[in-house]
Formats: sequence, structure tokens, C-alpha cells
Amino acid sequence: MSAAEAIAPAPAVNGCGRRTAVGVETVGMTKVFGSFTALEDVSITVRPGSFHALLGENGAGKSTLVKCILGFYEPTRGTIRVDGKDVEVKNPRDAQLLKLGMVYQHFTLVPSLTGAENLVIARADAPAIIDWRQETKRLEAFFDEMPFRVPLDKPVSSLSAGEKQKLEILKQLYLDQRFLILDEPTSVLTPQEADEILGLLRGMTERGELSVLMITHKFREVTAFTEEVSILRRGRMVGAGKVGQMSTDEMARLMIGDQEIRERAARQPFNARETKLELAALCAIDDEGLPALDRVNLKVAGGEIVGIAGVSGNGQSELIETLSGQRPLTDGRIVVRSQPFEPKRADMDRFKVFGLPEEPLKNATAPKMSVAENIALRSFDKPPIAGLGFWLKPSPLRKMARELIGRYRVKTTSPDAPIETVSGGNVQRAVLARELSGDVDVLIVANPCFGLDFASVSEIRSQIMDQRNRGAAVLLVSEDLDEILELADRVAVMSEGRIDYVAPIAETDRTTIGRHMAGH
Amino acid sequence: MDPSQVATDLGWWSVPLAMFAGAIRVSTPFLFVSLGECLTEKSGRINLGLEGTLVFGAMTGYAVSYMTGSAWTGVLAAGIAGSLFGMLHAALCSLPKVNDIAVGIALMLFGVGLAFFFGKPFIQPTAPRLPSISLGEWSDISQVRVALEINPLFFIGAALAVAMWWAFRNTRAGLIVRTTGDSAAAARALGVSVLGVRFVATTIGGFMAGVGGSFLSLYYPGSWNEGLSSGQGLMAVALVIFARWNPLLCFVAALLFGAAGALGPALQSIGVSQGYHFFNAAPYVLTLLIMIVSSSKVRALRGAPGELSIVK
Repeated sequence: MSAAEAIAPAPAVNGCGRRTAVGVETVGMTKVFGSFTALEDVSITVRPGSFHALLGENGAGKSTLVKCILGFYEPTRGTIRVDGKDVEVKNPRDAQLLKLGMVYQHFTLVPSLTGAENLVIARADAPAIIDWRQETKRLEAFFDEMPFRVPLDKPVSSLSAGEKQKLEILKQLYLDQRFLILDEPTSVLTPQEADEILGLLRGMTERGELSVLMITHKFREVTAFTEEVSILRRGRMVGAGKVGQMSTDEMARLMIGDQEIRERAARQPFNARETKLELAALCAIDDEGLPALDRVNLKVAGGEIVGIAGVSGNGQSELIETLSGQRPLTDGRIVVRSQPFEPKRADMDRFKVFGLPEEPLKNATAPKMSVAENIALRSFDKPPIAGLGFWLKPSPLRKMARELIGRYRVKTTSPDAPIETVSGGNVQRAVLARELSGDVDVLIVANPCFGLDFASVSEIRSQIMDQRNRGAAVLLVSEDLDEILELADRVAVMSEGRIDYVAPIAETDRTTIGRHMAGH
Repeated sequence: MDPSQVATDLGWWSVPLAMFAGAIRVSTPFLFVSLGECLTEKSGRINLGLEGTLVFGAMTGYAVSYMTGSAWTGVLAAGIAGSLFGMLHAALCSLPKVNDIAVGIALMLFGVGLAFFFGKPFIQPTAPRLPSISLGEWSDISQVRVALEINPLFFIGAALAVAMWWAFRNTRAGLIVRTTGDSAAAARALGVSVLGVRFVATTIGGFMAGVGGSFLSLYYPGSWNEGLSSGQGLMAVALVIFARWNPLLCFVAALLFGAAGALGPALQSIGVSQGYHFFNAAPYVLTLLIMIVSSSKVRALRGAPGELSIVK
């Protein structure tokens, strides 16, 4: 029996008639990849009309679980029940017919298609020849019932991240899905946008129109919007219950287990010191040739962390790229200790400017070169590794790499393993080892903890704080507002390529920052 | 009036007229190859082998036309031969870790070599050629009448360009091709087989390039020899970039390339023989200029399908 026959097919009329939420259960779900068990005997129950949170660290099996539910993976063992009936979900189409949909962390909208084209093509019954007049009318009727709307006639690539996220959710509702899986849905939104969207979804679940399973790591969202929570660790279900009856500490403990977490480095009192890094009216353009940075001014003194908050795509990546020499400046100057700074190897060495860019595997390493070679990228042309100015000596290189691998606890099979074969947290540690082992005067960091587990996050944040305490000027760009609130001495908000708001952390709060993130 | 008298009377006017006629004549293979390449690239893959497909199509079309006595059968055979090349390209590229550009270059050489190998016996004989449609009966001037002898494939190509432009927006198949070309992940999430879509698109693209080849041997220049194509298949790839992956612009760009290709012969016909080879090089110079003008140091290619290996 195929999934399509298992449930009596409801007519695919959008917006007409009452929506009723669908409930999903997994029973003893197990998924084995080769010798690795990604998921072991996981049974969760999402009641119809509930808002359910799925918590877990990276690699805990959350995405494996939802991919099994949605038919991307075939589970090794275990069954899926939809509204109490056993069903087979062989592919994503089956899931769609069962009214199960997913909103991905990475957008699945097609950038060059318009909103309307994206919605229509997503339908299983999209007509062979599309009558746009009729489709537009149907879309208008559907939008009239929705709590939010987005422009439909523009290519998706020209929409903001928030609009794209809304369109992703609207797409699932347009497809008449009654069970939605959201994968970290708020990572690209301002706090206000996040609250708005989650609030609207909560409203739909309360009216019994929708069930939601949300993958997240933000406890604030779990306590504010969800009713029930399931927690995974290392592929196993380690806890579940009503949100009101569990504290966030309890949830965190279940997520990370008994592993030791390094104590966070304490913030030493801040003494105003000389300005070490100054950005003076930086301007740059993005890959499309449009302005990405619009006269960015910022000063960072030694011994402080300045955090740049903002919704992703507002120029933060371009800012980091200009500072690390990956993107030319169209105007403006970078000044380090009152001297003009060119983001080139010689100047970086001279001024002791170090960096930890986002996506380190892509931006800070040569993926196919070994861990040892990558650790030596800053020092391979200097003694003791280089002799006579050009001769590379392998043994001092390995010696240094071994020592740093040990000191920074990089888990790798060997110093000679290609760095692309080690896990994300360990790539990050290897880059940290390279950038922080010397004397650091200016440190530029972008999204350093993205996608890492608790232990790595804690470790990396401590390292950054250490550098601050030792007197380095730290510029921290992060899309995670909590990270900025935890680490920064001052916060700057970037919106549409500009920094118009800078405040000491003690004199601001989440709401004010959020308002400036939205450009007000 | 004596037609030869008229010819001299036209003077310099015969250059734009000859370029107009030449634009239509020379543009037809460009049009077919670029439409085929446009479809293939819209699905997210580059087929650089179309030059080989074009030459093989020319040989097949000529040979079949000679053997069956029907030029149109030759055109069809050329299309089928082209789709076989398309299929081969698509099948090879479906294998993991295979680079479409490298496969394209290999197939380009393979197609040209195979055409020379099988085409040897057909260099001498004369095959039936495609008829032309006379639209210039109203005019007394012989050059105008000659200029308005238009080949039927040109109209088919023009109609095809409009049809493709329409289909990319208004049909399910068109949207699926665009989706596959822009975001393979999105296509998979729709339950679409990415490799399947690319296979079909590359095959149809090969068919079009084969038909374009048959034009060379069955209409203009109208015979089979080994120097038949002078890189039109490759230039058509540049043309697709210039046309920003829009079939209607492909049509315009093909006409532009055709006109540039007709410049040398047109000038020669009025007796300007100085710099003949230079003017003949016009399409190549145009290709270079277009690539320089349309590329940018800081900006990504505008309008390019996101899955293309040159964009990634």
C-alpha cells in the first residue's frame, strides 16, 4: 500500500474548508549508516494541533529523524504513524500527499523564479500549461486568509531573508500541509520577526489547523512558543515532556549529557585603552555589483569586544571579506594603531591582525591540504619552518602542528589528514590554533560557533574572551544575538550595509537591538 | 531593366542588403545551437560538445539526404544523431564527480572526428538541398529578391525561440527545467529527478544542434566538407551567455552574429577586398568583445542559472 492510498486523498483546494491538523508519531525509529547508528529507537509523538520542540546538539540525530519522517531517508527500523495509522513514506512526494511539509534552514525556494512561480511549481498537481490569470486569482484568495503576505511578482532572489522565510512557510500552507517541520526557522530573522512568525504559527496550532515540530537550540523560543519538547542526544531520545514542567537547565543537561564543559573565561574589568582598529567610511559592493557596505564607521579599542549584530545578508559577510582582503574596498580606510592597514599578508603580520572568518573550511583553510599544513599557513615562510627564505622544512612544521593540535584539542586521525575530513568543530579549533597561538593585537571573528556543539562553543567563546582580557581589540560579527549579548562590551547593529547604532552592552537590550536590526 | 545594371546602381546599399540576407542565412545554425545550449544550460549543465554535434549533424543530414533523396529526412536524421550525442553527454555527466566541461570538450573532438571518418564518401556526391521560400516576388530588384529567399529552418528556429521563451514561464515543464538549473536542492525537494531533467534537456538540446548542423550542409554553404563549421558551435555557447539565457535574446544575438559573419562576403561583393580576412574574423572579434563586456571583475554573471559549473 502506498502512502497515497493510505489516506483518503483530500481535494487539493487551498483556503477552502477548515484545515485540520495532522498528528505524527514515530515508533522505534532507527537509522544506521554503515557502521554508524545515527538514530536509535526514537519514538516521539506530536499530537494534532500541538507545537512541539525538538532539541539536540549538532549531530544528535534531529535532521536524520525528520528526514526519515519526510521520506528523504528510509529508516532501518521503525514505523511512522500519521493520525494513528501506520504509513509508508518512500519519498518526499509521499510525505506531501500525507500533508507533511518541511521548512528548511537553507531555503528551498528557487532564486530566479518569482514567488508565484515558486508556489505553483511546488504543487503536485501543477498544470502542464499554467493559466497565470487564474492562478493569480487563486493565490490572492489564499493570501486573503493568511496572517502575512509577501510580494509574489518579484524573483525570490530580491526578497529579504525574512520575506523568504515567510514565503517558505506560506508555500507549505499553500500546499495544504497540516504538519510542519521547521528547521531552526528563526536564524535569519530579527527577534521581532521571529516572534511574529512563531506567534502566528502558534495561533494556527491553537485553532487546530496545524501541528508544528520545530528544531531549535534557542531555549527562549522553546519556552515562549512551544507546548511540548523532545530531546535527542547521540541518536537517542533522552527526554520528553511538557514545556512548563521542565526548566531550561534541565533541558540543557539532557542535551549535553554528563560531558565536561569548560568554565567560561571571566570578563575582566574594562579599562578604556587606545583605539587599535578603526574602520573609516568603508564602502564595498557585493557580487551583484550593488552597494553592500555604506560608509561603515567603527572603532575598537584594545581590551574590548565590539559585537556587530544584524540579520544575515545586511553586509556583515562583505565587511569581514573586506577586512580579510577577500573583497576590495570601493572607498574608505582601515586604520590599525593609527596607521593605514592593507589587508595583505605583510600588513597582517606587521600589525598582528588575526581572523576567524565564518565557514572556516571555505574561508580559512585549503580543504585538501593536511591539518598540519593548514595550521602552518601563517608561519610556513618564517623560521623555524622556512630555511634560506624559501626552503620548507617538514620536521619543524610537524612539530609545531603536533604541539598546537594537542594544546587546542583538535581531534584528528593524524596531522597529515586532509583538514576537510575532520568535523566542523575541529576545523574551527585548528584555525583558532593557527590564529591565536601567537601574539594577537586585533582579532576579527565571524559567527565562530555556528553549528558547533556545546563543548566547542564554550571553548571557543572562552578563547575569544581570553584574547580580550589580554588586551586584543576584538571585532565579533554574529548572527546569534545571544552570543553578542554574552561576549560583547559594546554592540553595533548593522542594517542594509550601515552601522547607525552603537551602544555599551549595559545600556541596551534585546528589543532595542532588534528594532535597529530591522532598520528603524 | 537588366539585373546586373541594378546591381551596380545599388552601390553601397548592397552592403546592408547583403548583410541582412547574410544575417538570416548565417544566423540559422547559431540560432539552433544557441537555443539547444540555452535549454541545456537552463537545466544546470553546460554542453560544450555542441560543436561536435553540429558537425556530425551536418554530415548525417547530408548523407541521409543523399541516400534517401529527401532533404527533410536528412534534417530529421541530423536531429536524431544530435540527440544521441546529447544523451551520451548527459549519461556521462550523470556519473559522480564528472565535470561537464571536460566531457563537452571530449565529445566535441569525438563528434568532429567521427563526422570526418564517416563523411569521407560524401564529400563528392551532391545531395538534395532544402528549398527556400521566396518572399521577394514583389520587387524588381534582383538583390532584394535574392535577399528575401529565406530558408524554412529560419522560421522554425524563430518560432522555436518564441515557444521556448513562452514555455519557460507558462508551462510546468519550463518551470521545472528552470528550477533544476537554479537549485538542484529545491528540485529534489519537489520530488523532481535532477539527473532525469538534465538528461532530457541535454538530449533535446543535442537534437537542436544536430538540426543546426544539417542547415550547414543542406542549405548554406550547402555541401558537406570538413571545413564546414568554423567554430559556430562554440560561439553559440558564448552567445547564450550574451543573451542572458533568454531564448528571445538568443534570437537577436544569433542575428547579430549572422550579420557580423556576413560582413566580409558582403564587402567583397561590392569589390572591397582589402581586409577581407579581417572582416571575416568579425564574428570571432565580436565573441571576444562580448565576453569582455559582459564579464565583470566584481559582479557574478547576471541571470545565470545557479547550478552551472562556471558560476559555482
